Amino acid sequence: MAGEAQRKGGFTPYALLAPGMIWLILFFMLPVWFLLQTALSKADAVGNTSFVWKWSNFSDSWSLYQHQYLLSFRYAFIATLLCIAIGYPLAYAIAFRGGRYKNLLLGLVVVPFFTSYLVRTLAWKTILQDQGPFVRMLRDIHVLSANGHLLSTSWAVIGGLTYNFLPFMVLPIYVSLEKIDVRLLDAARDLFSNPFRAFRKVVLPLSLPGIFAGSLLVFIPAAGDFVNSALLGSPQTRMIGNVVQGNFLETLDYPSAAAISFVLMAIITVLVLGYSKLLGTEDLTV
Amino acid sequence: MTAIEGTPAVQEHVRATVGSSRAGGRYAPRWVRRLGNGLLNGWAVVAYVYLFAPIVVIVIFSFNNLNGITHPFNYTWRGFTFSNWAHPFGKFPELGRAMVESLKIAFIASLVATVMGSLVAIALSRYRFRGGAVVNLLLVLPLTTPEICLGSSLLTLFLTRGVALGFVTILIAHIMFCVSFVALTVKARIRGFDWTLEDAAMDLGAPPLRTFRKVTMPLIMPGVIAAFMLSFSLSIDDYIITVFNAGNTVTFPIQIFTEQKIAVPPQIDVLASMILFVSIALIGGGTAFRLLRENRLRST
Repeated sequence: MAGEAQRKGGFTPYALLAPGMIWLILFFMLPVWFLLQTALSKADAVGNTSFVWKWSNFSDSWSLYQHQYLLSFRYAFIATLLCIAIGYPLAYAIAFRGGRYKNLLLGLVVVPFFTSYLVRTLAWKTILQDQGPFVRMLRDIHVLSANGHLLSTSWAVIGGLTYNFLPFMVLPIYVSLEKIDVRLLDAARDLFSNPFRAFRKVVLPLSLPGIFAGSLLVFIPAAGDFVNSALLGSPQTRMIGNVVQGNFLETLDYPSAAAISFVLMAIITVLVLGYSKLLGTEDLTV
Repeated sequence: MTAIEGTPAVQEHVRATVGSSRAGGRYAPRWVRRLGNGLLNGWAVVAYVYLFAPIVVIVIFSFNNLNGITHPFNYTWRGFTFSNWAHPFGKFPELGRAMVESLKIAFIASLVATVMGSLVAIALSRYRFRGGAVVNLLLVLPLTTPEICLGSSLLTLFLTRGVALGFVTILIAHIMFCVSFVALTVKARIRGFDWTLEDAAMDLGAPPLRTFRKVTMPLIMPGVIAAFMLSFSLSIDDYIITVFNAGNTVTFPIQIFTEQKIAVPPQIDVLASMILFVSIALIGGGTAFRLLRENRLRST
């Protein structure tokens, strides 16, 4: 916020806000209401829904798809951890070792994501396929058994999720590392801290907001994703997103799909609100 | 490595009391630091290899020779050819049609979202008013809601109100998620701008429209252009939200997803490579243009 240059505008700011806000209220807030309404409806044989306060849709969605909910959260959680493991050192190297190439190096992190999401994921299918050199190498060094594969396993799905959402981890961590005053590190060293201790006591705490923001930005899309599971996984790796997609667009079971989608949204919203209570929304928006 | 300042005598004194930076104190030995740096750089290299592996595969496999196969699956290498690039739509005209559809949607949606989102950003960074926190929350929430929830809830709205799905409903959806991105991007770019420049222009007799054109526009334009490009790339690439609201309209991602069980022609990789090269050229060009302009501004 610019502070002093800001002025009281009377009616003007509301006029400027109106088109965008009305659009968000109509097509973001209002649909949530209809989602809830559909989730409480019952469907007849031809797929028409009527609103009847059918709360059992919610309990059914949990009892029927408990496995897929838990699997989604587990995959998203592992992908988030992997993103931290890969992304943190990368962001650190760019921020503190990048020198004058910082912006270029940061740009390189984003460049792969200018190609299509689906084509990128299909490219992983090429890399991970059984006849490919990667799987052959893993078999040769006995990481995989002689007829083991990667495609259609949980690891392929988790790998795809990790890959597709990695920049959402690297960018916020980079931003928080970049803000650190290098003189703090000099101070730590002058006070006889060894590099590891300086990292643990100075750098890590200051970059925690970036890690938290990145974790949300990876976890949320990963938990709701169905593309990676559909392209790289198998029926055993069906995530909750695949169930929502299937029930909405294939079996046309709208009430059940709406209930699942609503529960997922509720869980994530609670996570986000808890997060912003703790740390504010500034870090989420980079 | 910070050098110890002062005359040699002072340096000697500091070294004696504090301990040499080489061996004394609790400084890590040099080989440990070297090893640490080496591991860090090595890790960064591995991370870049991971990031670029699929991209390299896409570009290489766009030259894969799968001619003569009715249902080609571009997963294994069968030989080099230029024919995919020479006829990117040749055998698969539906890919081209889907691409045109995606470009149209991305263009219109980004245009509308950029205007609405930039206005929101200007209101937020320039005026003090009640309800700013609510506006900020309303902007962030769409970004922190899983796409599948955005897409499916919008679908329930259209279903309940009996709205026919198609081009227009895709546009509505894309504008919705782009507005937030635009508003936040522009807001971040114009944070801390000196809005009193506008007052200066008005004091010098410039009418409001001229002030906007000559002062406000040039100030916010870089952020607005960046936001437009971001929306464009988000819109053209979106699958999850789109598939819920598409009806029978086929965008590029929808085409790929529905066809991938039947065929994955190398032409997909050709188009993906084209998108990649065009966006790299745009970003590179944009950066070069900005650097040039900054240099010129600095030299005048």
